Amino acid sequence: MLGHRTASVTVTLRNSCRACWLAVPGLVWMALFFLVPLGLVFAVSFASRGTYGGIVWEFTTANYVDLLHPLYGKILSHSLWYAMLTTACCFVLGFPLAYMIARSPARWQPVLLLLVMLPFWTNFLVRTYAWMILLRHDGLINHVLVSLGLVATPLELLYTPTAVVIGLVYGYLPFMVLPLYVAVERLDPLLVEAAYDLYASRWAVFTRVVVPLTMPGIVGGCVLVFIPSIGSFITPDLLGGARSMMIGNLIQHEYLVARDWPLGSAVSFVLMAVVMAAVVLYYRQGDRSAGPVERR
Amino acid sequence: MKTWFRSMVLTGVALLPLALGLSGCGQGVEGEFGEARPILHYFTWSDYVEPELIAEFERREQVKVVVDTFSSNEELLAKLQSGATGYDVAVPSDFMVAIMIQQGLLQEVDSQAIPNASSLESHLQALPFDPNGRFSVPYLWGTVGIGYDSDILSAAPDSWAILWEPRYKGRISMLNDQREVFGAVLRSMGQSMNSTDPLVIEAAKERLLLQKPLVKTYTSDHYDQLLASGEVVLAHGWGGQVARAMAERPSLRYVVPKEGATLWADCLVLLKSAPQKALGMKFINYLMEPEVAAHTSERLRFASASRPARQLVSPAVRDNPAVYPPLDQLVRLEWMRDVGKGIRLYDRAWTELKMQ
Amino acid sequence: MRRKAVGLRAVSLLVMLFLYGPILVLILYSFNAAHLSMAWRGTTLKWYAALIHDEALLAATANSLVIAVVSTIGATGLGGLFAFGMEGMSRSRQQLLEGSLVLPLVIPEVMMGVALMLFFVMIKLPLGLTTVILGHIVFNLPLVTIMIRTRLRKLDPALPEAAADLGADAWHTFRYVTFPLLRPAIWGAILVAFTVSLDDFLVTFFTAGPGATTLPLKVYSMIKSGVTPEINALSALLVLVSMGCVALSLQLQRREV
Repeated sequence: MLGHRTASVTVTLRNSCRACWLAVPGLVWMALFFLVPLGLVFAVSFASRGTYGGIVWEFTTANYVDLLHPLYGKILSHSLWYAMLTTACCFVLGFPLAYMIARSPARWQPVLLLLVMLPFWTNFLVRTYAWMILLRHDGLINHVLVSLGLVATPLELLYTPTAVVIGLVYGYLPFMVLPLYVAVERLDPLLVEAAYDLYASRWAVFTRVVVPLTMPGIVGGCVLVFIPSIGSFITPDLLGGARSMMIGNLIQHEYLVARDWPLGSAVSFVLMAVVMAAVVLYYRQGDRSAGPVERR
Repeated sequence: MKTWFRSMVLTGVALLPLALGLSGCGQGVEGEFGEARPILHYFTWSDYVEPELIAEFERREQVKVVVDTFSSNEELLAKLQSGATGYDVAVPSDFMVAIMIQQGLLQEVDSQAIPNASSLESHLQALPFDPNGRFSVPYLWGTVGIGYDSDILSAAPDSWAILWEPRYKGRISMLNDQREVFGAVLRSMGQSMNSTDPLVIEAAKERLLLQKPLVKTYTSDHYDQLLASGEVVLAHGWGGQVARAMAERPSLRYVVPKEGATLWADCLVLLKSAPQKALGMKFINYLMEPEVAAHTSERLRFASASRPARQLVSPAVRDNPAVYPPLDQLVRLEWMRDVGKGIRLYDRAWTELKMQ
Repeated sequence: MRRKAVGLRAVSLLVMLFLYGPILVLILYSFNAAHLSMAWRGTTLKWYAALIHDEALLAATANSLVIAVVSTIGATGLGGLFAFGMEGMSRSRQQLLEGSLVLPLVIPEVMMGVALMLFFVMIKLPLGLTTVILGHIVFNLPLVTIMIRTRLRKLDPALPEAAADLGADAWHTFRYVTFPLLRPAIWGAILVAFTVSLDDFLVTFFTAGPGATTLPLKVYSMIKSGVTPEINALSALLVLVSMGCVALSLQLQRREV
């Protein structure tokens, strides 16, 4: 009974499932304020655009058919690439930080976490503008590089894909750090010590002990970063110089510029499907990696 | 864990009363002043808000004005089309006024209640989208053209073609607005900027694809900063914004290309669902008062639609072609119109341009 | 682990620098006299002065804070209950619910915003501050629930079993065993929900009514006129106030010991 994966928090709860009723308010909320509106938009994706941008309620699949154009496939793959790159970078940067915080004295952990979150209580747009100040032709980074003599002429850092990735990574790093911290905090340091005692290299300890045991946190972090990055539109516009269109730009364009809500809804649903598929893959991968070590 | 708790509580304690206090003086809790002080809701562009002018109106009429802002006409329409009510006065642009009239969102204004609307600039008196001025009062107007640095460009440009000059590669910025960008190309090709001919739009797209490698960025908002800092030497933009950049870099100039460009006008309208119709009209009348209009013009560097206001602004504004285009340039301007279903052509072309 | 410490510490420090670099730049430029260009044009406090008088901006900030606090409380309450309620369910049902909880987070925000707006209009609920809060809870609830569930799932069942063996009933087990163990996850969830709410733009845009302008909305609409350094001043103040509170609480704690 103890080893059973469905062991509940308290024995009494499991048997009677009185606790299940606790979930009802949340379920009702989500059903009312999420599922119903979602259904509305789904219906809209089968409508068509009125001459002046309103919604004409006649059933048509034209919107989805339009999306089969290779142009939209290109936008999608473009966005997927950026999102995956951002997720990878967030992981590389976020894991050491989360690990350090989780291994710090307990007194300091909340403070350090707060320090990680603090920059994000300023406004997202403003932080993006700050990056523009840093990356510009006559920005701070170029100033430093030129005055130190590391480069002859200022580098073109802004309005490039690199700038977009930097902006995205910066925007979503805490969403990687927090879940990772929660997972690492739970990790028993004795296990790591034991691995070292068995002459495991640092890399082996990382890949064979730490990663599998913190996999739920890793998956959570990746999901929380991947999803908003793929739908972002402010960062590609400001930092990328609006030179390319990500799927977020396309959706925003359809809703707020072209005022073609049916098409915008169709694109949104396609994006949703793609992201759900990616998330399912992430979770499956997570379960697979965590498997052997989990079953104690 | 105590640190957690304390930090959260302290931050909350510090910020929450501040927040509640400010929200109290910000919005004016409806009903708190109730009958004593009616509330007017003004929905406008962010930079059109001037606290001193608003405060003056509040004093005169003993009311409270609550300002909400938007950054694009489409946002405004999206909100109103969905049935959002509560706004009294709004400031859509020309083509959007046409759409709003067609959608029945606007209230006819009583010209008796707005005497200041009768002294408008001549070219704004019979607007194509509202010929009898029944629904809208033009507020601010201007042009779209090219801002450039006269220190770098030895000869003053006079054509859209300058934006295709390879010499200035990487130092050009274009607006991030599909209608404006296509409008510029279409005019340079001798076509109307409201064309819905697929072949014409396709040709325009090809020209834009040729230009793309020369363009540093597509932006509708910070090209004034780019001009002022010298990062770009040619910028496609609104005259007023270029005029504001001139304060930081005096060598900047502005030109409306000879092939023609956009004439725009932002108009004050009263919404059909406005709770405070009479007050709304008073507010519109106030904003069109020559002194008030001149003050706005001076600050924003956008020309006021009020004819008397032209005499009240400083020479720096009156004689600035970025603000008041000379008469000969006026004739080559075109109003942007909504193209209905034709927007799909522009959408597709714009997307293809971006994805190149 | 001790062997790793130096390299890890160095990387962590660099990442913190990466996190705070732009913030420092923001604060620095709040003293820049230049309105438009990013070149330094002299030091001044005029943006802070302008900030104090900018009623609209302050009102928007106030709105943002109120919405963030209320929606975080709502989401944590509902989400926490949800997470605990799920404990008693069968594994398959848990997986189903957890999977479907991801859905609100997967939806493009613009779609969520439009969906909510259409819904509110349909049920004739006037748009305003309330509708924004309702919308924020919709995307905060799954966040909170998932974060708490992550921790809950990994909880060693032996501990509450031991408590039960020692005679504790369900409530006492929860209060003295489960809850303390879950606290980091709960605080983490609160932090994330608060931050997400403060910064939200798209959902807020579509669900906000007259007088409900929030800071992100205000800043975004200021883009057309160029973001003035007033925003820098505001950001600097927000960061400094928060840091001040953290420092103060640290002092208090030290004194306690």
